[in-house]
Amino acid sequence: MSISREDIEKVAVLARIKVDGEQVSALEKDLGNILDLVDQLSAADTDSVEPMAHPLDAVQKLRPDVVTETNQREAFQAIAPATEDGLYLVPRVIE
Amino acid sequence: MQWDIVIGLEIHVQLATQTKIFSGSSTAFGAEPNTQANAVDLAMPGTLPVPNEQAFRYAVMFGLATNAEIGRRSVFERKNYFYPDLPKGYQTTQLAQPIVGPGYVDIDLADGSTKRVRIHHAHLEEDAGKSLHEDYHGMSGIDLNRAGTPLIEVVTEPDMTNAEEAVAFAKKLHSIVTSLGICDGDMSQGSMRFDVNISLKPKGSDTLGTRTETKNLNSFRFMEQAIAHEVERQMDILEDGGSITQETRLYNGDRDESRSMRTKEEANDYRYFPCPDLLPVEIDDAFIEDARARLPELPDARKARFKEQYGLNDYDAGILSADAKLAAFFEETAEHGEDAKLAANWIQGEFSARLNAEEKSVAEAPITGAQLGAMVTRIADNTLSSAGAKKVFEALWTGENDDVDAIIEAKGLKQVSDTGALESMVDEVLAGMPDQVAQYQNEEDPKKRKKMLGGFMGPLMKASKGQGNPKLFNEILVRKLGG
Repeated sequence: MSISREDIEKVAVLARIKVDGEQVSALEKDLGNILDLVDQLSAADTDSVEPMAHPLDAVQKLRPDVVTETNQREAFQAIAPATEDGLYLVPRVIE
Repeated sequence: MQWDIVIGLEIHVQLATQTKIFSGSSTAFGAEPNTQANAVDLAMPGTLPVPNEQAFRYAVMFGLATNAEIGRRSVFERKNYFYPDLPKGYQTTQLAQPIVGPGYVDIDLADGSTKRVRIHHAHLEEDAGKSLHEDYHGMSGIDLNRAGTPLIEVVTEPDMTNAEEAVAFAKKLHSIVTSLGICDGDMSQGSMRFDVNISLKPKGSDTLGTRTETKNLNSFRFMEQAIAHEVERQMDILEDGGSITQETRLYNGDRDESRSMRTKEEANDYRYFPCPDLLPVEIDDAFIEDARARLPELPDARKARFKEQYGLNDYDAGILSADAKLAAFFEETAEHGEDAKLAANWIQGEFSARLNAEEKSVAEAPITGAQLGAMVTRIADNTLSSAGAKKVFEALWTGENDDVDAIIEAKGLKQVSDTGALESMVDEVLAGMPDQVAQYQNEEDPKKRKKMLGGFMGPLMKASKGQGNPKLFNEILVRKLGG
């Protein structure tokens, strides 16, 4: 299976990864190879197999609704690039 | 051209758990920014989510209350998008296998009819943080206290055909979740947020038109306005021969304006996939039966009981049973008051008006149901006139005095119900108004007569310094005037 340049460019935008024209050509080939590999799996007959949500044959343990975390804002904000008034500061976002 | 309106709703309901859906951080409202945002909530490397059992219990209770199938096996997925208030770069949510399957809610409409609105499903997910766009040196501030707060998103079928039905459904849902105690219902704080999907189609047509989604409406009034606004906007476009763009819109309730937020072409492609950090959650019969045992009385049952137990009419019972806290207040009042109907009138009248004027919730009311009930008893036994009762209510509300009988005593509000004393006042007043008496006696229309009686009441109340029992005055008047 092949992947188009448009698909690669779109996925790059969604993933916030900057790729230039030359890289797209290389990715076209590499991703195409990976998809070919995945295609081989499609050859397997899965008609009687239920789709799997997780490889482990186990179910999720749930946690009682009790507060176990304490305020560690200072420690977390010590490694943040910018903070003010207890807020994390990020490049301006306006929809 | 005539159009059919098609409306579907998506409702985010914040669950009233103590902790977040995937971490043990507190969800208490009003904390200092980021003091309730810990390693898991901040998406620190190496952390793993552990789901909150109570969030599942609440979701199951919601499902049972809305006649829904419970998802015995539910799966979390990642919904991928970038935004600074979403530290992981994806929202953990459910898609193909939600905790609550198809259900329905019946709504009462103004014309007395009932309509069934189907719920497609309801799923568990996490809330995002908050972005503050005030200027921080050209940057935005992020508070992640809300990040990871458990939500259920309720998705309806497009079963509503006008704003009245949509608002009735929204109010019913609010009533259900607050009665269940799974959400505090405080819409001004975003505890319930509504997205409205609207499309128009030519009257009678089977083909749905292109829809728009108006997001994040946080009051019933704005919801009603936003629907009216969007229907008119779409109608104008279609009647001018244009076509509707599938898009997300934001409604500004203060200005009654809306604008496009994003169109489908630029819509996010969320690339959902099952979250490898979380195993499927299995809910067994014991869990469901435990949740069922926790179900309190629901609004429909409460409404029926109010009619039966207190003799309320359908309208009063509907209003007083919808909100769990108001319902409890009414019951406390009725328990302490002689007359449930009178209690209902005072709660819907003076009490509700006062709460609205001061923007208070029932829980914040400065008077108790027991006090209001004591006052109702004094109205019922003729100690208080309605004018006197207003003064008592005022004194209770302002906290001037907390005892009804003490207020009546201190303010001299006790009605004179001694018929002998009242009769001599009536004789005196009638003797001074011979013209009006003659006019009354010559009138044959009973309606006009009734109205003319009012003309004697003013002087009588004056003669009794406002303390004469108006009901008794009325009876004596009718008798003396040859009623």
